[in-house]
Amino acid sequence: MARGDVKPPKGKVKTGAEKAAPSTTKIGTQEQEPNSVEKIIDKYNSDKSALIQILLEIQKQNRWLPRDTLMVVSEKLSVPLSQVYRVATFYKAFSLIPQGRHLFTVCMGTACHVRGSPRLLDRVEDTLKIKPEETSTDQKFTLETVNCLGCCALGPVMVVDGEYHSNPPSKELAELVAACD
Amino acid sequence: MKLTIDGKEVEAEEGKTILEAAKSAGITIPTLCYNEKLVPYGGCRFCTVEISKGGRTRLVVSCVYNVEDGLVVKTVTPKVIKIRKMLLELMLASAPVLSELAKQYGIEKPRFQSEVTQCILCGQCVRYCAEVKKANALTFVGRGVNRRVAFVDEVVNRGVCMDCRQCYGLCPTGKIPRETDGAYFEGIRISDVLAQRRAKKH
Amino acid sequence: MAKLRSPADLEKKREQILSQRDPNKPCVTICSGTGCHVLGSDKVAEAFVSEISKNGLTAKVDVRRTGCHGFCERGPVVVMFPEGTCYLGVKPTDIPDVVSQTLVDKQLVERLLYNDSAGKTIAHERDIPFYKFQSRLVFGNNTRIDPKSIDDYIALGGYSALAKALFKMSPEEVLGEVKKSNLRGRGGGGFPAGVKWETTRNAPGDIKYVIVNADEGDPGAFMDRSLLEGNPHSVLEGLIIGAYTIGSHEGFIYVRQEYPLAVENVSVALEQARKYGLLGKDILGSGFDFDVKIHRGAGAFVSGESSALMTAIEGKVGEPRPKYIRTAVSGVWERPSNLNNVETWATVPLIINKGADWFTSIGTKGSKGTKIFSLVGKVNNTGLVEVPMGMSLRDIIYKIGGGIRKDKKFKAVQTGGPSGGCLPESLLDLPVDYDELTKVGSMMGSGGMIVMDEDTCMVDVARYFLNFLADESCGKCVPCRAGIDQMVKILNRICEGKGQPGDIELLEEICEITRDASLCALGQTAPNPVLSTVQFFRDEYKAHIDEKRCPAGVCKALVSFYIDPAKCQACQICLKNCPVQAISGAKNIVHIIDQAKCTKCGTCYEVCPQRFSAVVKVSGKPVPASPPPGTEVMRKKGKQE
Repeated sequence: MARGDVKPPKGKVKTGAEKAAPSTTKIGTQEQEPNSVEKIIDKYNSDKSALIQILLEIQKQNRWLPRDTLMVVSEKLSVPLSQVYRVATFYKAFSLIPQGRHLFTVCMGTACHVRGSPRLLDRVEDTLKIKPEETSTDQKFTLETVNCLGCCALGPVMVVDGEYHSNPPSKELAELVAACD
Repeated sequence: MKLTIDGKEVEAEEGKTILEAAKSAGITIPTLCYNEKLVPYGGCRFCTVEISKGGRTRLVVSCVYNVEDGLVVKTVTPKVIKIRKMLLELMLASAPVLSELAKQYGIEKPRFQSEVTQCILCGQCVRYCAEVKKANALTFVGRGVNRRVAFVDEVVNRGVCMDCRQCYGLCPTGKIPRETDGAYFEGIRISDVLAQRRAKKH
Repeated sequence: MAKLRSPADLEKKREQILSQRDPNKPCVTICSGTGCHVLGSDKVAEAFVSEISKNGLTAKVDVRRTGCHGFCERGPVVVMFPEGTCYLGVKPTDIPDVVSQTLVDKQLVERLLYNDSAGKTIAHERDIPFYKFQSRLVFGNNTRIDPKSIDDYIALGGYSALAKALFKMSPEEVLGEVKKSNLRGRGGGGFPAGVKWETTRNAPGDIKYVIVNADEGDPGAFMDRSLLEGNPHSVLEGLIIGAYTIGSHEGFIYVRQEYPLAVENVSVALEQARKYGLLGKDILGSGFDFDVKIHRGAGAFVSGESSALMTAIEGKVGEPRPKYIRTAVSGVWERPSNLNNVETWATVPLIINKGADWFTSIGTKGSKGTKIFSLVGKVNNTGLVEVPMGMSLRDIIYKIGGGIRKDKKFKAVQTGGPSGGCLPESLLDLPVDYDELTKVGSMMGSGGMIVMDEDTCMVDVARYFLNFLADESCGKCVPCRAGIDQMVKILNRICEGKGQPGDIELLEEICEITRDASLCALGQTAPNPVLSTVQFFRDEYKAHIDEKRCPAGVCKALVSFYIDPAKCQACQICLKNCPVQAISGAKNIVHIIDQAKCTKCGTCYEVCPQRFSAVVKVSGKPVPASPPPGTEVMRKKGKQE
């Protein structure tokens, strides 16, 4: 799997005043072509034990898990719908309502906390006008928190559409938000 | 296998749990999530007992722990009572309807507060519908304090839920018969639970 | 790529790779772990490639993107071999200098070197204090390997331990060696791996599983991420050796989905290993079959618990099961399953190659070998460090970590993640050792080591961890679900200034039940952050409850910000930065914070220039009255404005 190009990250190192170009990939993944739900299920040979993996791919493709899709998964995997719902509501990675086009994630891990992530979260909440796990009414933004991304030396860390930022000052945060369409 | 429960010598087959062995010897260990028709769950922790073997003592839940030769079991000790009491106090916060049972343990005034759901999440309804009726009309939604029991809308809508109402008799708090409102399950469908969660945030 | 069908084939391949590599050939390695990647290491690597090409040196200099070097605080990290020259904080604009001065002229670029507190520069990686005191036995190869190149791994001796195990040792002999080494689980439990392997091996059943636990949910820990991203083959080799010993032919690598680069690099490694015949059917011609599937997590800390993880592999919700019947006997689909942490597996090839006697010569009586820690928080040199068991916390934090940032005072070090505890200064000389740490109310855990200073509120820390656990509790059992919830409510009250006498005792009462009656280790260890902070920092709790004071000035509800009129020099920096315009003032006019508007964000406190230090935190007593508006600034004697 080729790494592909990643946007110039912002943060401690300023690599010039490059405006955020539309990224082709996130860190470590390849661009996914829109797949129908059936294709994803077939990829896993309709294996019951791959339920979580299948839902992860559907979530990534759609930005949420629509009700009809859950029913298709239940049917094709021969897993009771109750079980599919149970999994879909247990894990943080899944959303049962459409998420915004742009995902803002603030890390609330211990190292980030000690370095001030609650304050960063406050600022992001104020800027986006939504609270964690909410999506803005115009479907533009979704804000989430995550319990540790593993970049603790750069804390507090915020990820916007797969791009990592280390404690962005208010001006940079405003620019990031403005760049989202 | 030979074990001792509350000073009484009890014989039990391999593979039986302490709870079952005790029952066969006429000793009742209190439970909340246990149902002999269902796979033991180990969720309420109410059936905790103290066991000793080879000089080592520890606390285990008797509905799930299999009997062993030479095991010494105490179903009531100050520690066990302390645990049961605290468990009740904690459950009382979200299920005040348990106040009668709580009084039996000497709990008069509840010290804790929580969102009142009248559900202790014993899971008997969910498990019964899955294991015995095989209808899977009920499930758990969410996790942690946000965990709720809910009816699956599509299952109910399609009539797969047989409206057998057998879950009614299982519910230790009586929530299901009280809130199910006949055959329409208003308020405790998955869609309701998720909507309530979203409303709580705003 | 032809399949290797014997140990001799493997050795031939190794020789072939080495013959094509000149150990003296200059090689520029750029750390490309997630941390440095975020700081722009990709651009740095590209800049190197293009600048080297511009200088016509492409054939003469190798450029290698490697896994994490560990010195995350100072990334992007570049190490130039064979000299071992280490450049820190490298930017693409530095590359022309590096290439012309270091590669061509063999001169150092001084500004990119590490400099110690005396201002002296240190050129070589091995001499930098951060690295000097480490023993990077497991992690060290990260700097020499491109994780996407199996050849790099083989060049360093990779898979020789597997060949030795498969052809020169019986499964019993491998087991004996691992048991003798006393390798204890690096994921936190500290259970002897050899004993677990033996139980799984002896359990009845033909189908057995081996599992890599890469769920690494402890916030603040990223050792496993860096190992998987940087040296996936080391983990795989250990896993195959384990499978051979236990008699398993199918393995799982459970990786949390928050680690996309780790998932990718492991996938690439598996493919490459299969192509070489090191994975799959008839490994190296030994007749032993074994293959591996990757399974991703979906955002649940509790699913990293071993029984929960196995349930998740089955496709069900990842909730823990009672462990009265061990998973080594009945695990995934009720079959014997051996689960170990990433670091544990990665240590196995070393033990097989160098022997248990060598391994036991390192460490303490009860804790052998080395451990990788993520040293983070208020310490100068944050990053990943690998030290022999038995090194003191003080040495790790001060010798390697370089002490506390901004010269503040050390307050506590937290180990073991949400299951661990906070240790005060009086315990700094404690050695890192499974049992020593458990004795004082903490634990080794997966290796998170979070350093806290005078500006950290220990009640807030307890609240933070309990909030985390409340979020992550599966909710199945009452003592964890409801017990942690009530503890969070009490801690929130205390931090909001609504603490009541008896709160500490109530917390302790709940802790006892949660510890003794919870179903799994999440609930059983949840009391640790509370009990350890109550034990060592009880005075902070009492200040919050009795005096409504937060000594560290953290809990917003108990803190007010005040500008000392005697110190304010009216520079207007705080005024301009206040997000709610709560500060009034002007040039030469003392600034005043409107307490009614103030949101306690603390921005003014942080931006006030240190030489003035006019903004102070007030807690536990009324805010001093503001000076009358329009008061002029008191100039320091002799200072011109």
